[in-house]
Amino acid sequence: MPKSVMCGNELTVYLSGDIDHHSARKIREATDALIQQNQPGVLKLNFGGVNFMDSSGIGLIMGRYRMMLLYGGSVKVVNVPDNLRRIMELSGLSSLNVFERSGEFCESVK
Amino acid sequence: MFLKEVVNSVKVLNEMTVTFESRSSNESFARSAVAAFVAQLDPTIGELNDIRTAVSEAVTNCVVHAYKDQIGKISINVRILSDNIVCIRIRDKGCGIEDIDKAMEPLFTTAPEEERAGLGFAVMQSFCDIVKVRSNVGSGTTVTLNKRISPRVGNG
Repeated sequence: MPKSVMCGNELTVYLSGDIDHHSARKIREATDALIQQNQPGVLKLNFGGVNFMDSSGIGLIMGRYRMMLLYGGSVKVVNVPDNLRRIMELSGLSSLNVFERSGEFCESVK
Repeated sequence: MFLKEVVNSVKVLNEMTVTFESRSSNESFARSAVAAFVAQLDPTIGELNDIRTAVSEAVTNCVVHAYKDQIGKISINVRILSDNIVCIRIRDKGCGIEDIDKAMEPLFTTAPEEERAGLGFAVMQSFCDIVKVRSNVGSGTTVTLNKRISPRVGNG
């Protein structure tokens, strides 16, 4: 289960390790369970701990984007490491306005 | 094309082949094995990351598409050619691709239920210098990735 913090109506999920087709399934299931449980208005995916990501990570973001849209919410992608920048740019996700520089103001709130 | 001519006239300096089953748990093994072999060229972290990503995309295609409902063998051959060129061939004996042009279109995917973004080939093309795909329906697909590693000055 990835580390997560619920703050106001904002759920931050801290992703870590490698995101590929193999690991994306577990991350997807865990994240979706957290969304169902917390019903946030904003889902923040924090990529700070991610070492590697291929296009499975793009699918993961797009899938959560659609899901949150269905609930009337939104997705923010934060803390993207330099080595993931190119694949994020290539994905066209920037046109969905999901990128945010950073914003971990509610660290202490459980 | 300049790079193509270079590729045709170069010598093979080193070579390795690895064969493994099309289990998704082998995706990270595959990209790590290729990266470990290529490391002898002293690539930058960025170049190594490009190779890892491209290999991961190609191998995932084998797992998700070529051997959709079965486990088969995936073979990766890596050759280090003169002029710092790395040539990676990812081969499967799976179902093959009916329409390669269509398969290579960005955002096209036949597995949306798996949340595939349809960006596999676009990533390979963006992260490598040359991407070639050969496929026969019913007998398999070979993806060839070429990438030139920038020579490091003063590293003999």
